[in-house]
Amino acid sequence: MAKPTASIGKNENSTTDNSVDRKGFISWMTVGWVAFSAATGGFFTMMIRFLFPNVLFEPPQSFKIGYPDDFTKGMVDIRFKKKYAVWIVRDQSGLYALSTVCTHLGCTPNWLNTEQKFKCPCHGSGFRKTGVNFEGPAPRPLERFKVYRAEDGQIVVDKTKKFQQEKGEWENPESFLELA
Amino acid sequence: MIDIIKHFINVISNPTISFTLLTVLAPLLFPPTDWFEKYHFKFGFNRLWKKEGAYFMFSCITLFLIAGYTDEFAIKILTKPDNIPIVLMFYLIPLTLWLAMNQAYNNDERLARGEAPLEQNDPKDKVLVWPDLVYIELICLLLFMVFLIVWSVYIGAPLEEPANPAATPNPSKAPWYFLGLQEMLVYFDPWIAGIIFPIFIMGGLMAIPYIDTNKKGQGYYSFKERRIAIFIFMYGWLALWVYLIIVGTFFRGPNWNFYGPFELWDAHKVEALSNVNLSEYLWVKAWNQGLPENILAREFLGFVVVILYFVVPPAILAKTYLKEFYLKIGSTRYSTIMFFGLAMLSLPIKMYLRWTINLKYIIAIPEWFFNI
Repeated sequence: MAKPTASIGKNENSTTDNSVDRKGFISWMTVGWVAFSAATGGFFTMMIRFLFPNVLFEPPQSFKIGYPDDFTKGMVDIRFKKKYAVWIVRDQSGLYALSTVCTHLGCTPNWLNTEQKFKCPCHGSGFRKTGVNFEGPAPRPLERFKVYRAEDGQIVVDKTKKFQQEKGEWENPESFLELA
Repeated sequence: MIDIIKHFINVISNPTISFTLLTVLAPLLFPPTDWFEKYHFKFGFNRLWKKEGAYFMFSCITLFLIAGYTDEFAIKILTKPDNIPIVLMFYLIPLTLWLAMNQAYNNDERLARGEAPLEQNDPKDKVLVWPDLVYIELICLLLFMVFLIVWSVYIGAPLEEPANPAATPNPSKAPWYFLGLQEMLVYFDPWIAGIIFPIFIMGGLMAIPYIDTNKKGQGYYSFKERRIAIFIFMYGWLALWVYLIIVGTFFRGPNWNFYGPFELWDAHKVEALSNVNLSEYLWVKAWNQGLPENILAREFLGFVVVILYFVVPPAILAKTYLKEFYLKIGSTRYSTIMFFGLAMLSLPIKMYLRWTINLKYIIAIPEWFFNI
C-alpha cells in the first residue's frame, strides 16, 4: 500500500522542512475550514442582522380612535387609513375596524362611497362595507381587528389581534364593538 | 366617421369580443389542420405573409396610432412613458412575425415544388462567433445603451414619489412585461397565477425540445412541416401573453374595470361583478341549501371537475383522434404535452367562465389558501 503523502508543489522525495505530513495536513485543513466557516458564518450573521432595522418608525399596533360619537352611523371612516391602515365602519348596531390590505395580493383598496364598496385598483377585487369579498379575485374577506372601549371611554383598535371571517372569527365579541 | 370607427374599436375591444375574435382567428391565421388551411387560403389569410400583407398590417397599425395620438383619451395611454415599449411592440411583433412567416411560406412553396429551402443558398463559409458576431453585438450594445440614456433623459424617466402603502395609484399597473401576469391574477388565486403558472410557462418552454422531436424545419423556416406546434405556440404567445399585455395597457382603467382605448377613464363606471364560487352555485343556487361545514364536502364538485379536466380529455383523445400520435410519442411525452396544454387552456376557460357566469373559483378553500 502506497503511503499517501501530501506535498504541495514539491517533489515526493523532497526531504526539506517545508514538506507537510499527513497529520499536519489534516490539522491545517481543520484550521482552514474553521476559519472559513467562521468568516462566512460571521458574514451571513451580519447580512441577516442587516435585515432587521435598529429603529422602527412604525405606528403603534394599538391606538385610540376617538369616542363613539365621532363616528356617523352607516359611514366608513377613512381617516385612519394612511397612518394605521384601518377603516372604521360604523353600522346601525356598532363599529368594527377593517384592515386596508386586500386579501388577494395586498394592495390598498379605495372606499367608493357612491358604490358603497371597497375596490382594489390592482386586480379589481371588490368588498362590501362589511369587508366581505364579492367581486374580482380576492379569495376571502378583509380582516377585522380587535376593538374595545378604553377606561376613558375612547375606542381602541388593537391590530395585534385579527379576526378572519372564513374561520368564523367575526362571531367573536372582540371583533366588533356594540354601540347604541 | 372617425368617431364611428373609434366607437367600433371601443366596442370590439371588450375582452369578451376581442378575445373571442382572436381565438377564432388564430387557427385561420396559423392553420393547424387541413380543414383550417382550406379556409386560410379561401379567405386569403396567406396573403398577410406576402408583401401586400405587410403593407396592410403596418397601415392598420399606423392608422390606429394616428387615431390614438389625436384622441384626447388614448393619447394619455400612448404617451405615458411606461407604455412606450408597448407602442414599439405594435410594430416589432408584427414585423418579426411577418419576417418569419414570409420566409416560412416561401420555403413551403419551394419544398412543395421539390426544391431545397432558401437557407440552402446561404454562404457555405461559416462566420466565427468570436470576433465576428461578438464584435457586432458589442457595437449594438453600446449604441443601444447610448440610445437608452438619451431617451431616459429626454422623457425624464418616470421616478414617482416615495412608496406609500396607503396610496395605491388607481389603476395600479405592473411594468408592461408583467401585465400579462397581472391580467392572469384577475382570474386566479395569487398562488396559481403568480407562482404556479409562471413555473409552468418556463417549465413548458424548457420541455419543448424534449417533447417536440420533429426533425423537420431545423435550420430553415417552415410553417407547413410543423404547423400544429407553431399554432399552439402562436396561440399561447399572441393570445395568452401579448394580447393580455395589450389588455392590461389599453383596456384596463380605474378600479381595474374594462375601458375601450378611446374611452374616458370614468372612475365611477359601474360594473356589476358579483362573483360566485362553484360550490355556491352547486349548494346554494342549485340545491337550495347552505354550504356544508366540511370543507371537502363543500368543494367536492370542484375537485371532481379539476381532476376530470386533466384526466378525461387526454384519455379519450389517446383512444380516438390522437391515437396514432399517442402510439408514436409514448405515454410520458403524451401526458406531458397534455398536462401543459390543458394548464395553458385553463386560462382562457377560466377567463370565459368569469366573463359569462361570474365564476370566481372552481375549488375555493380560502381556509387553506387553496383556490383554483
